[in-house]
Amino acid sequence: MKKNLIIAVWFTLVTTMIFGLIYPLGVTGLAQLFFRERANGQLVEKDGKLVGSRIIGQAFTGPGYFHPRPSAAGTGYDPTASGGSNLAPTNKALLERVKGDVQKLQSENPGASIPVDLVTTSGSGLDPDISPAAAEFQIPRVARARGIHEDEVRGLVKKYTKDRDLGFLGEPRVNVLELNLDLDQHPPLH
Amino acid sequence: MTANGWFQIAFYLLVIVLLTKPLGIFMTRVFNREKTFLDPILRPVERIVYRLTGVDEKHEMRWTEYAMAMLLFSGVSMALLYLIERTQKWLPLNPQNFPNVEPGLAFGTAASFTTNTNWQAYSGESTMSYLTQMAGLAYHNFASAAVGIVLAIVVIRGIARKETDKLGNFWVDATRCLMWVLLPICLVSSLVFVSQGVVQNLKPYATVQLIEPQTVQVTGPDGKTTTQTVTQQVIAQGPVASQEAIKEFGTNGGGFFNANSAHPFENPTPFSNFFQIVLIFAIPSGLTYTLGRMTGSQRHGWAVWAAMAFLFFVGVTTVYWAEARGNPLLAGTDQRASALQSGGNMEGKEVRFGIANSALFATVTTDASCGAVNSMHDSFTPLGGMVPLINIMLGEVVFGGVGAGLYGIVVFVILAVFIAGLMVGRTPEYLGKKIESYDVKMAMLAILILTFTILGFSAIAVVKPFGTSSISNPGPHGLSQVLYAYVSSAGNNGSAFAGLNANTMWYNTSTAIAQLLGRFFMVIPVLAIAGNLAKKKIVPESAGTFPVTGGLFASLLVSTILIVGALTFFPALSLGPILEHLLMLAGKSF
Repeated sequence: MKKNLIIAVWFTLVTTMIFGLIYPLGVTGLAQLFFRERANGQLVEKDGKLVGSRIIGQAFTGPGYFHPRPSAAGTGYDPTASGGSNLAPTNKALLERVKGDVQKLQSENPGASIPVDLVTTSGSGLDPDISPAAAEFQIPRVARARGIHEDEVRGLVKKYTKDRDLGFLGEPRVNVLELNLDLDQHPPLH
Repeated sequence: MTANGWFQIAFYLLVIVLLTKPLGIFMTRVFNREKTFLDPILRPVERIVYRLTGVDEKHEMRWTEYAMAMLLFSGVSMALLYLIERTQKWLPLNPQNFPNVEPGLAFGTAASFTTNTNWQAYSGESTMSYLTQMAGLAYHNFASAAVGIVLAIVVIRGIARKETDKLGNFWVDATRCLMWVLLPICLVSSLVFVSQGVVQNLKPYATVQLIEPQTVQVTGPDGKTTTQTVTQQVIAQGPVASQEAIKEFGTNGGGFFNANSAHPFENPTPFSNFFQIVLIFAIPSGLTYTLGRMTGSQRHGWAVWAAMAFLFFVGVTTVYWAEARGNPLLAGTDQRASALQSGGNMEGKEVRFGIANSALFATVTTDASCGAVNSMHDSFTPLGGMVPLINIMLGEVVFGGVGAGLYGIVVFVILAVFIAGLMVGRTPEYLGKKIESYDVKMAMLAILILTFTILGFSAIAVVKPFGTSSISNPGPHGLSQVLYAYVSSAGNNGSAFAGLNANTMWYNTSTAIAQLLGRFFMVIPVLAIAGNLAKKKIVPESAGTFPVTGGLFASLLVSTILIVGALTFFPALSLGPILEHLLMLAGKSF
């Protein structure tokens, strides 16, 4: 027992050095060497300022921008408080929230049923994507607000629509931040 | 449900089948101390580890010494984790200057990571320093996985060896598991994850200027709502990829961030998602092959595998069906699957994963005692959320946690051959070993511990205010939340119906106790069985021996697992998810 206790202490210390320090620091070194941009979060710069990460969603509410999904992370899209709403499907709080969002969205497109991802929060609260259906739904509003042709906006949406990985994994998706940044390169918002 | 969704599930199962044999053979060689291609690099390091720690690699242990060494290692390493959490403020690699972790939470977290549960009552990105994440939490992902795997190996040795009381050396097995099995694959996998966009750095959090400043309503501590303008986003960083690899490969499941594998920095693409679930099932599936190979009955290994695969398939089908049907209470939404959207119940799910991958991940993570999540189980439909619950209740033997799944299924195999023996009136045998009353008693003890822990704690929590005050979803779903907490803890899973506020004195303490009971009071009876089986003589097979290979055995094994689970938990399930499902169909909300 005493012998094994002494081994346990040394074993913990030695393996902590190898697996708790050398391994993660080694991986950090290799990652920074080979995949510097990705290892650092794919931050996007605009006019010399950092404006976001390509793969972390951020809130947009103006009519000239595509809107992301609702978010339960902090006050919305707060990457220091990631997480979902954790509301049960039978929870009135969920049903009320969705009802309100549906009404708001139907006012821009009366009678249409709303693509479900546009009125539900994601698991992370940081979902960078919306479904192509949710993007299509917003094209008329964005085009109207910017005074450009719908087809021009549709072309941009297509540009930022990613197909399934390897053609079959996951779902097609539209990156909201990249799309909105590109929109701003087009005729200015008035 | 879509053809593409089914194809992904089928493709996943195919990859797992293909990995089973090579991994099984590799692990057999590692633990039999045969030559492997990694020896030239790793053997010298292994020798240094033994010299530094004072391990005599020739020494073989009886089951009692093995158990003692395992407990001492778990105890000492748990104490070190507690110490790191409690002093992180003064230690390096804390760019966000997080304070020391509170004692209750620090204890709960230490218990949770030592037992391979990785239940998390905190948000990683706002609580733990990089040093705590690496040297404390990620280290325990390695350590607890290795402990689980070597225990499974000891059980296999107990079945395979005869007339001996020696079962191997805990320190040697653990070292070889860490260095040969876990480290190389984690090293490669973490770089694959980085290539997909999982972050890996030691930088402070990045502050970015929002393109469009937002006006938000904030409710202060006094309950008053004020309007604030948000102009910045603070993006959490950290050494995530190195932890992500072992989190999945060791079936630990503790996320670097609160959102776990739903977070784009932990699981950025459908490909990284696929890679993660392959890592989760790889070792548990490979161990069934190791079981067959070490005991000399490869067909037994595959029979066990088939029983597991069947239960997996039933589970994933149910979740996929339930989630794809969506939530009938969300009026005005379009939940149909089409070329432009996955549709279904998208609350708590990510667009890039959609329904099929969320259903698959949820099934895999709860079949194995992983507990990582890429979608929020609390927001699943009642039946979709019930499957993860049942998967853990069945003892996580559907592939199961690394090692834990295998020794868990051996317990059920012993019960199954015992039941078969009772039916034909013969002393049951298992691969040439007579199964006697001591073995069956120990097997029952392992099963009953789990039951008592889950139902006992849940019963207290649902009648006392300190338990019910943490419930966030009213109605029958509230019972499911509490039940899930103890099922997940006792089963050492770690996933949650995360709306439940688990960071309270009661939940931190009671879940920690449930985790410790679920781990150590499970493995000690299992080790006792191994020790007892190893001592026995081999009885030659006769015409009356019930075979532990083939379809009949696999069906008996599945039935045993389902009957034990149903008899124990059906009443609780009918008051939780089943009732909620019926009320939801009737249009009721809470």
